[in-house]
Amino acid sequence: MGQGGAAVRALVPCSRGGAGAADTTSAVFGAFQGQTAGHGYFPTGKLHRVEPVLRAKLAPGTLDVLRVSNMIAKLAKTCTLRIRPDKLNFILADKVASGGVSMWCELEQENFFSEFQMEGVSAENNEIYLELTSENLSRALKTAQNARALKIKLTNKHFPCLTVSIELLSVSSSSRIVTHDIPVKVIPRKLWKDLQEPAVPDSDVSIYLPVLKTMKSVVEKMRNISNHLIIEANLNGDLNLKIETEVVCVTTHFKDLGNPPLASENASQARNPEQMAEVHVDIRKLLQFLAGQQVNPTKAVCNIVRNKIVHFDLLHEDVSLQYFIPALS
Amino acid sequence: MKCLVTGGNVKVLGKAVHSLSRIGDELYLEPLEDGLSLRTVNSSRSAYACFLFAPLFFQQYQAATPGQDPLRCKILMKSFLSVFRSLTMLEKTVEKCCISLNSRSSRLVVQLHCKYGVRKTHNLSFQDCESLQAVFDPALCPHVLRAPARVLGEAVLPFPPALAEVTLGIGRGRRVILRSYQEEEADSTVKAMVTEMSIGEEDFQQLQAQEGVAITFCLKEFRGLLSFAEPANLSLSIHFDAPGRPAIFAVEDSLLNGHFVLATLSEPYPHSQDLRSPEPCRPAPQLQAHSTPHLDDFANDDIDSYMIAMETTVGSEGSRALPSISLSPGLQPPCSLGPHSEEEDEAEPSTVPGTPPPKKFRSLFFGSILAPAYSPQGPSPVLAEDSEGEG
Repeated sequence: MGQGGAAVRALVPCSRGGAGAADTTSAVFGAFQGQTAGHGYFPTGKLHRVEPVLRAKLAPGTLDVLRVSNMIAKLAKTCTLRIRPDKLNFILADKVASGGVSMWCELEQENFFSEFQMEGVSAENNEIYLELTSENLSRALKTAQNARALKIKLTNKHFPCLTVSIELLSVSSSSRIVTHDIPVKVIPRKLWKDLQEPAVPDSDVSIYLPVLKTMKSVVEKMRNISNHLIIEANLNGDLNLKIETEVVCVTTHFKDLGNPPLASENASQARNPEQMAEVHVDIRKLLQFLAGQQVNPTKAVCNIVRNKIVHFDLLHEDVSLQYFIPALS
Repeated sequence: MKCLVTGGNVKVLGKAVHSLSRIGDELYLEPLEDGLSLRTVNSSRSAYACFLFAPLFFQQYQAATPGQDPLRCKILMKSFLSVFRSLTMLEKTVEKCCISLNSRSSRLVVQLHCKYGVRKTHNLSFQDCESLQAVFDPALCPHVLRAPARVLGEAVLPFPPALAEVTLGIGRGRRVILRSYQEEEADSTVKAMVTEMSIGEEDFQQLQAQEGVAITFCLKEFRGLLSFAEPANLSLSIHFDAPGRPAIFAVEDSLLNGHFVLATLSEPYPHSQDLRSPEPCRPAPQLQAHSTPHLDDFANDDIDSYMIAMETTVGSEGSRALPSISLSPGLQPPCSLGPHSEEEDEAEPSTVPGTPPPKKFRSLFFGSILAPAYSPQGPSPVLAEDSEGEG
């Protein structure tokens, strides 16, 4: 994580001079209250005291936020964005709607923003939780590919929004400004406990993943045969992907993948390195996860808890992603 | 009629057909003295498009065999488009395209002369028809915007491809604003993302409109013209008036011109004040007020503003003046236009008097003339073809 961070920090932050009129006067303070109402919508007709504030400027040339948002958009239709002074998280919590899949993605704020100002719901709880449609964010940031400056603000324009304001590079002297108002739902504090970082389970086997593109093409083909996939791996660097039907059995073997060093010495002695730990999952959930990985990650580890859950722990430069797929019941 | 298109112009013709296919399902082909005219209108009469190719566009152009009246025909857009379906194929392999209309045979013949001696002949069946002509006059529109199509193409880039309508207006500092238009749905729990693009006056070749004016029109239909104009590096001008009046989008060069006439939303843009001043902090306005036009408001709107005025005549007899229809607030159902009653067969069902219009781009089939007819294409303008009996 450290190396990635240093590389990004070398980027030149965008100059304030280029900001332009679009910045200062437009709505920064969202007049809405999120906590006591069961949902975050602004009750029409009332003006409440200012609550969460977010005002941030992205360092130009940093397309990583765009890449992250594209990845999130592929992984989860709706997600929660948690904003803290030092970190940003994209969260998908274990829900029936997502089939029990959960996701935890973490970014260091200072690696992406040249300016960052936020105020959470209160001094003790200096955090903001927003629920939004992931595709909106990725679409909004896509416009920023040729941006001179990019600002993100929490606003209220008839309903709470994350306003992404982009000043485009333009041939002519006049600037072009694109504004996207992404509707968000401010999540009340009482629901925050469901959105915390999931505990990493004690896994039976931990193994490095093969090249994800290869894995994806294999899984895609298997999907045509069956929805029921068996993932098994051992501490000897072997990973198998298996599908079994009445008519056919297909297994793809990956060898010499390597295993991350084990946490405790005792555990390694007790286990037979050849012994496989397996978990049965819905192949579509695995495919959705793999579809989100456009680039091969810096680090990719797969942790299997026998018959319970498979946990993918990835690192894309300085963005960490954890994805949990529960076993089929 | 016989015309021959060669070289790069074949692709240009193909692109024009693709553009027209975004609007309507039937193509009206009419050879005129000024050139070959291709026109279409959508089913709800809220969008009309036409391209006129000057005789110089063709290697050979013969509007009509001498001694005969020029023929007009109406073809299924799908059929005509299938000839020009693959633009890359047109560019790479087609050397010449010959379009001929023979009064004896009942077929429009499109022949593509391709490389290696390959010749593809399409025999398309057509219907005789009256000339399709919309009544519009860019000169009568008080507001004009003109910019290279590329600028407008870049302006619509941030908007989702699925977005139906967009509002175009002049904002503070004479910046041209494009904003995604969402129908106000008071109880919808899933709000849509709102995108706004703001372009400086300097990017426009002409900007003749005051701050605060705005119109809302169908973006998908506009993209149809953009897809033609952008690669051809043409300038696109937008002539518009008050909300509700059709907006005219035009491109032109020495060999052709294109006009797309699109109906605009007649409700005044509910957030037009946004265009003029920034909104630092504002209580949520009552959105519902604008969602259903009240009968009072509607009475002030000319019902014809929902659709593009079409004029009807018969063949070579010249224009027949039609009685103009003005509506009382009671919203009378469209009355039959006397001798033209057979045309009403095509009309959409009329509204029940007293009901506010359910949807903005209603199709009403009135034949009233709003203004002195402007016929850029020349003679014989017609509302829609008569039923078969009239021929």
